[in-house]
Amino acid sequence: MDTLKRRLLDFVIYFALWLLLTWSLDWQGVVVGAILAVLFALALSGLLPKGAERLFSPVRWFWAIMHLLSLLFWIIVANFDVLYRVLHPNLPIRPGIVKIKTTLKSDEAKAFLANSITLTPGTLTIDIIDDWLYIHWINVHESLEDAEAITRDIAGRFEVTLRRVFD
Amino acid sequence: MSSQIGLVPIILISTGVAFDLVGALGLIRLPDVYNRLQAATKCVTLGTFLVLIGVLVHSGWNAMGIKALLAAIFVLWTSPTGSHALARGAHIAGVRLWEGTVVDKYKEDTGR
Amino acid sequence: MTVILFLLIIGCFMCLYRVAKGPTPPDRAVAIDTIGVMVVGICGVFGVVTGQDFYLNIAIAWALLAFIGTLALAKYLEGRGFDE
Repeated sequence: MDTLKRRLLDFVIYFALWLLLTWSLDWQGVVVGAILAVLFALALSGLLPKGAERLFSPVRWFWAIMHLLSLLFWIIVANFDVLYRVLHPNLPIRPGIVKIKTTLKSDEAKAFLANSITLTPGTLTIDIIDDWLYIHWINVHESLEDAEAITRDIAGRFEVTLRRVFD
Repeated sequence: MSSQIGLVPIILISTGVAFDLVGALGLIRLPDVYNRLQAATKCVTLGTFLVLIGVLVHSGWNAMGIKALLAAIFVLWTSPTGSHALARGAHIAGVRLWEGTVVDKYKEDTGR
Repeated sequence: MTVILFLLIIGCFMCLYRVAKGPTPPDRAVAIDTIGVMVVGICGVFGVVTGQDFYLNIAIAWALLAFIGTLALAKYLEGRGFDE
């Protein structure tokens, strides 16, 4: 995708954000918003990462929505999990930091995987080094030798959808 | 006081506030930084998200609702990112884990 | 709605307890971050109670500032060693 198209896309995004935030079609406001959007699109380097043409693929959007739905479900499960652990008188936790290897390639996919892992039951991403994710797990229940089982338990449910969105 | 508040928004907002309180309670009860971060991030993120969605349902698609939706998406996006940064910073600064911790692969690999 | 606001303020005070007591600086940073996210919710509830939409502007600005502040705190923590 060439530079001009990218700048144009940036302009559209900034302008849409302006319209949403002001929420009026008063002509003075719209003109100011357009001028500011042009300035931002020219002055700042690109807003979107490389490969932005993936934005225009409906299949990817479908899988993105699927991912969000499953994420929402797991967030709610995670909250009841925390509720149980916090209100239980003996605090049933067995924390530890484990590492898992992800099969996702692009940086955006890894970032989204890390965020999703943080919001799901009992896990918190601490760092990403190359393909390895370091994860604080509040209740380590797999045997620690079995790296495959740990990976499947923590990341398996999101990698399926995220691979279809980003890779 | 402006208009009456419907049933759905009141349910959403009360659930959100309940989760916020659970997160704050976890912040007090759990033993070390990383466990506290877990409880605080998950519960407070969903709690605030539900409160803002409640505001959206209450006001409908006008200026207030759109702003609430944007704030909700922003919170859902940035709150986990902030907690990675804090967890990494705490680990690099050398905050010890709770004595019941089973394993620390990060320390083994990076030596920090 | 008054009850809900009261409960949210109670939650903020619970976080403040952790800020005051927290044994290490990262504990305090976590609690401050949590308060920041809760205040966004409080602004939303204020918007519903008063029926005025500028409270939501405050909420968005507050969310941005809290995020940037958290990142700055985390970077600051990385550069220092704390023993207890």
